[in-house]
Amino acid sequence: MTQSVVVQVGQCGNQVGCRFWDLALREHAHVNKRGLYDEALSSFFRNAVLIDMEEGVVNGILQGPLREVFDSTQLLTDVSGSGNNWAVGHLTYGSAYREAIVNKLRKAAEHCDCLQCFFLIHSMGGGTGSGLGTRVLSLLEEEFPDVCRIVTAMYPSAEDDVITSPYNSVLAMRELTEHADCVLPVENQSLVDIVNKISVMSHGAKPGSVLRKDSTVTSGQGSLSPTEKPFDAMNNIVANLLLNITSSARFEGSLNMDLNEIAMNLVPFPRLHYLVPSLTPLYTLADVNIPTRRLDQMFSDAFSKDHQLIRADPKRSLYLACALMVRGNVQVSDLRRNIERLRPSLPFVSWNQEGWKTGLCSVPPVGHSHSLLALANNTCVKPTFMELRDRFTKLYRKKAHLHHYLDVDGMEQSIFSESLSSLSELIDEYHQLDATKARLIPDAPRLSIAR
Amino acid sequence: MSVVTVQLGQCGNQVGQELFDVISSDAQDGQRKTYSSVSRERFFRQTSQGGKKMRYNKNKAPRGFYYDCCYVGKVLKYFFFFLRVPDFEARAVLVDMEPKVINHSMNRAAKSGRWRYAEASHFSQKQGSGNNWANGFRVLGPRHRDAVEELVRREVEHCDVLAGFIPMMSVAGGTGSGVGTFVTQCLRDVYPSSFVLNHLTWPYGTGEVIVQNYNSVLTLAHLYQLSDALLVHENDAVHRICSQQLNLKQISFGDLNRVIAHQLAGVLQPALTPDSCGAYSGNPLGELVSALACHPEYKLLSACSIPQMASASIAFSTFSWPALLKHLRQMLIANTKMEEGIDWQVRPPPASAGRTSSLTAGGFNASLANLLILRGKDVYSAETGGFEDPAIYTSWLPPAEALSLWKSPVPFDKYEKSATLVSNSQALLRPLDDMVRKAWNMFASR
Repeated sequence: MTQSVVVQVGQCGNQVGCRFWDLALREHAHVNKRGLYDEALSSFFRNAVLIDMEEGVVNGILQGPLREVFDSTQLLTDVSGSGNNWAVGHLTYGSAYREAIVNKLRKAAEHCDCLQCFFLIHSMGGGTGSGLGTRVLSLLEEEFPDVCRIVTAMYPSAEDDVITSPYNSVLAMRELTEHADCVLPVENQSLVDIVNKISVMSHGAKPGSVLRKDSTVTSGQGSLSPTEKPFDAMNNIVANLLLNITSSARFEGSLNMDLNEIAMNLVPFPRLHYLVPSLTPLYTLADVNIPTRRLDQMFSDAFSKDHQLIRADPKRSLYLACALMVRGNVQVSDLRRNIERLRPSLPFVSWNQEGWKTGLCSVPPVGHSHSLLALANNTCVKPTFMELRDRFTKLYRKKAHLHHYLDVDGMEQSIFSESLSSLSELIDEYHQLDATKARLIPDAPRLSIAR
Repeated sequence: MSVVTVQLGQCGNQVGQELFDVISSDAQDGQRKTYSSVSRERFFRQTSQGGKKMRYNKNKAPRGFYYDCCYVGKVLKYFFFFLRVPDFEARAVLVDMEPKVINHSMNRAAKSGRWRYAEASHFSQKQGSGNNWANGFRVLGPRHRDAVEELVRREVEHCDVLAGFIPMMSVAGGTGSGVGTFVTQCLRDVYPSSFVLNHLTWPYGTGEVIVQNYNSVLTLAHLYQLSDALLVHENDAVHRICSQQLNLKQISFGDLNRVIAHQLAGVLQPALTPDSCGAYSGNPLGELVSALACHPEYKLLSACSIPQMASASIAFSTFSWPALLKHLRQMLIANTKMEEGIDWQVRPPPASAGRTSSLTAGGFNASLANLLILRGKDVYSAETGGFEDPAIYTSWLPPAEALSLWKSPVPFDKYEKSATLVSNSQALLRPLDDMVRKAWNMFASR
């Protein structure tokens, strides 16, 4: 049984991570009714490292119901925070705590029988998450080069409350492009939209339709913490994302999909590893008959704009690869039928016309009878990155707030310009692929064998 | 003679478990004694230790005292209170790089009550191959070579006479394809004079794994040099059989595997061959290979069987050999794997037409060699002239050599009459060409 280590950095990372452990416990408790510490359960716990440069969030976790789950060797905190400054997180704290971080990571890795993957959760807009988080990423690459690194990065929306978030995001993006194996970008605005949609639904948009209790992707019902805090609903969505990705490694199914297969199949070229996640269904109605149409609806929804976790429409852009991880009582015929049905409307790149990676896991998530996670390597991330670049250049042109960064030891202006050019190159690569979309590429000539 | 199966990866282990299930239930269904015992000897070994413990006082049991005949065993069990019921352990080695599937298969086997996998015949690691052929072939295979060879050696030592090996795997994934190719290479090295018949499962054309075409091409290129013959099942074709022939609404991988297991068992269960002189053949793999893989460059075999119907319908159907064989012949030349939707317009080209170089001229499927296996009632009166027609074969092998006929008077898997055709023909060319084309396109991009 393979294990993964979850490293949560910064306020956002820790809050999401906390929801994740909560939901994971709930899921395993649901599956394993007798409460025995089964193999699937043991594959996950003791494998967390919590890092934050201010104590509030981590202390909150330690006083909450999850205090039994973590112990102090897994935590790393400091007092004053990073001040929303990537350079402070990355360079100052990064160097100061380098040894401590490496030790904690090594300890967590040693607990693992067979370490398969590191999950890194952090936000891009803040200081600790983006700065120290990306520092941890490069440390992971140095210390554990063979282990896959999957980063769940929370991108700020346009109306973010942190003014320097464009700087922090672009500086962090460069690290992600160079050191991560896969990145799952998530945008706050999409999460907000999804949460609103669910609350509209649950407050009776249609009379007589009642949501099944604890079935929404945002609900933490049945989990340990009784009161829901403001960002909880949004964090639950991301936590569900992580649960679904790892489900095939934890539970059995007729077509298993391991974590190392995700990078193998979905990343055609090393830098193009941004995978847009989408999660369905978001809720289940209480009247529980599930005609096939409902199942097919789930597949259609996975490709619709409303269910993506970043604000993008993948159907209008080019797919480089797509993975479908299905949980629950879904058979290969349903999968085949839906792939055939949806395939014509999805533009795929010329050299991967039928490229689908599929996985079937028999155990559904709590409260649902089946669910689908789609990971798409799609050029629709290009507009998101372009907006990010625009917001960055708006500030950078005026050199606004730059002195806070340059005051930090080790930080130079060249780092800014290099990050900007790295982002521009990435956008260019996606752009070139996009340009092939409309053109009909002839098949490359095959080797001909003498007759 | 005994066959050792090596199940590799998720697909290999799942299909293998279904295969042994079909074989053991077929051998048990009130069949004639010789057939059962030959089948059992071929695929299982009997043990008395670890067998089902009876509610009698086992301390009184003399060691190694067991009977292999059901009836006699029952009598003795009734009157003598100190016997253990023999248990059948499959002659199989299970290999996978992660443990979940092997555990699942072993549990399912044990639950059947009729047979099980031996406790120590499996090898697994903690982490899979990541759909990476190179990882399986170059890293994981060599790393675990000794352990796997040891398991195979132990299984071979339990065989009185070894008929050969059947590695079972898929070509799309990482373990089945990569580790499977490496294991086949090891089998070749260690047992150079044994037959190795690889059973391969090809993935859906519309993709189960994105890099499946790379993995498939690499596997097939290597196996072609290493193996004696490659018997292929395609997920697409089997899926069509399930949906159109068996009318299953919701098809699971289990259903696909059962169809594959049924066809494979139809090939491997005991039969009387021309060389076996009135007894069940003792060299099934050798005879299959010599009948079909007549040229070292032509090793791709495909199988189809008739009839294939939902088990509920079998009781209401009657079968006649002429109808079955007529359909089977048309299935062969029109290249379809099921009775539904056969194209009766396809005919062999007239003798005057020259050799065409397209993949399938006018939809007609030319064969190099065919092996027809008939099982059930009245086999000796079945008229197989249709398969000896020179027009369906190539010109450089006389039809008398090209067609081999095996028969077994024992009904197979609840069908009163059934026929299985293993053919070395052009049937797999189109899917193979598609696979190579897609792999090349992916490779040649940028």
